[in-house]
Amino acid sequence: MSELKLTDVAKTYGPVDVLKDINLEIETGELIVFVGPSGCGKSTLLRMIAGLEKISGGTLEIEGQVMNDVPPAQRGIAMVFQSYALYPHMTVRENMAFALKIAKMPAAEIDAAVERAAQILQLEPFLDRLPKALSGGQRQRVAIGRAIVRDPKVYLFDEPLSNLDAALRVATRIEIARLKEAMPGSTMIYVTHDQVEAMTLASRIVVLANKGISQVGTPLELYETPDNEFVAQFIGSPAMNLLPGKISQTGETTTVTLECGGTAVSAIATTADDMGKNVNVGVRPEDFQQTDSAPIMEGVVDFTEALGEVTLLYFAEQEGAHAVIAKLPGIQRNLRGTTVAVTAVPEKVHLFHNGLSMRNRS
Amino acid sequence: MGAIRFSGLPISTVIREDGMHPAIQGLLTIAIGVSGCVGYFYLSNQFVDKILFPARGPNAGRNINRANMIRPWLFLLPAMLALGVYLAYPVFETLRLSLTDRVAGGGYEWAGLNNYSQMLAEPKFWEAMRNNMLWLIVVPAMSTAFGLLVAQLTDRIRWGNVAKSLIFMPMAISFVGASVIWKLVYDARPPDQDQIGVLNAIYIFFGGTETHTWLTLPFWNNFFLMIVLVWIQTGFAMVILSAALRGIPEETIEAAILDGANPFQIFFKIKVPQIKTTIMVVWTTITIVVLKVFDIVFAMTNGQWETQVLANYMYDKMFRANDWGVGSASAMVIMLLVTPILIWNVRNARKEMQ
Repeated sequence: MSELKLTDVAKTYGPVDVLKDINLEIETGELIVFVGPSGCGKSTLLRMIAGLEKISGGTLEIEGQVMNDVPPAQRGIAMVFQSYALYPHMTVRENMAFALKIAKMPAAEIDAAVERAAQILQLEPFLDRLPKALSGGQRQRVAIGRAIVRDPKVYLFDEPLSNLDAALRVATRIEIARLKEAMPGSTMIYVTHDQVEAMTLASRIVVLANKGISQVGTPLELYETPDNEFVAQFIGSPAMNLLPGKISQTGETTTVTLECGGTAVSAIATTADDMGKNVNVGVRPEDFQQTDSAPIMEGVVDFTEALGEVTLLYFAEQEGAHAVIAKLPGIQRNLRGTTVAVTAVPEKVHLFHNGLSMRNRS
Repeated sequence: MGAIRFSGLPISTVIREDGMHPAIQGLLTIAIGVSGCVGYFYLSNQFVDKILFPARGPNAGRNINRANMIRPWLFLLPAMLALGVYLAYPVFETLRLSLTDRVAGGGYEWAGLNNYSQMLAEPKFWEAMRNNMLWLIVVPAMSTAFGLLVAQLTDRIRWGNVAKSLIFMPMAISFVGASVIWKLVYDARPPDQDQIGVLNAIYIFFGGTETHTWLTLPFWNNFFLMIVLVWIQTGFAMVILSAALRGIPEETIEAAILDGANPFQIFFKIKVPQIKTTIMVVWTTITIVVLKVFDIVFAMTNGQWETQVLANYMYDKMFRANDWGVGSASAMVIMLLVTPILIWNVRNARKEMQ
């Protein structure tokens, strides 16, 4: 049985639909990451699971029990807020003990739970300090500790790292990954707009867009086999290049004649019905390689960015090829202003028809 | 300033005879006052920069530094003079007067601490002290509690702002005006007549057989007077505390909801502790108002029926008994009582600002 199940969940503010038709099952022990552009409703969905927002339609089940109208504290969830949301007038110990005190747990058990959480998070030296005497990273650990002591079925993280500086963000990200490993039975839902966090932490990623779920899958599934153009461009940086063209040969492999003049061969199979269809060919910048034979794309390099490990080539805009970017390995000198031809192996060439991938058509 | 104030008095008729309209007189005064201020700052700075320490010659650099050392004092001087004449001097003059006695036919004689011992021997003074302590405990506590209650209850409802405006309105009424209103509330007519006093009307309605002149019931009449000030100060407390409540981070409240706290626990364990300093500032500010309370007692009972308070006692001695010595002595007592609270209040307010 799944730990948490969303069925046809919807959220409306008056006449405005924010989310609709959300269907998702989360298994025990998973770390699910909600990603999406800002305003896509990912935080709203998390807050609906937490019980801070009303669910306008559909059902939320946790361990098989419908939770739509159950008060937040009785849903078996704990939440870590972006701004930490520590109680400023309570010490670290009191912050972590608050929920247990409210639940009228015996003092000895509260102490034990707090000590255990403090030990996991290395907060023991700070237990009697007020939050204002802690650094950002320590505050975030206290916020996580406050969730741990409650021993919830599901942990909810609402952009927990976005208030930290870059170095601390990486360190805390690794800490969260370790924490997850140390508690294999716990289920976590994590909201972020940072795709690096999503790729590194998630057991499965849920991409939210256009009021619904765009695709659910493991990080590499989303990277290698995106279902649609949105996911293709949202996951990976720089975004996947999309080049319009027409299918000119079908079969086990598909050949597309591109508007920019090139030819692309994809390992995706097509049928004779697809002949002549308008498609977008998707190639990730890092899948491009220089070639002497028939290229997918040939153009003048307008601008380069040498990062040492890779070199980014920005092609000058031409008809049928807007802002195409290629990422070549290593250092590539003196390419700016020259004409470069690039191609990709058929396995790395994606085909999209009407925005949807042609890979998994039934 | 002087002219503006005079224009309300009979002296204005003198001005009318001069042929000048009071409004023009007022505008003229404002113009003179403002240009006088501007002129003072401009000319005094010019004097320092151009004549006293000119920024030229062999000592130009030194002169600029010296001019800049003097400049803050130029700006502070008017304020310091005004504070000195209108605040510091009266304090010391009152202290001096409290140690002297008026002599019939003019002049004064040195009295030492006689005024104080005379005052301490008077039962009316101790009655005033007792009543002031009562006011001190009841009014700030009730005003702050009601203010907090209203601020919390009106926070989330649609007509909350209307309710708040209504509760704030007494703040705009003078103490004397409020006293007149409440005197009507406490008004008593013979039981067989229609009551214009709301309190007696309610009392009769619920089966009372005789009306009471509430303000003459010793001890309890103090509370009837206090209600007037609570009625006024609740609005003040509400506005400040409402702003403080809004300043509490929403997430801490949501976190408390997730932690299972009920609305009462959220209010008392999460919200109130977070606005504790504001509550203390409101409390002490009202305390200071209470220590100086005069108008309400003066207008409603004038200290009769055991409702005397220190400020009215002072007024009695100073202007009715014409005893400047005891009057000043009681003024010193009020000041001594207010000062520590004032210092504490200012400190708290500063701490909150940081």
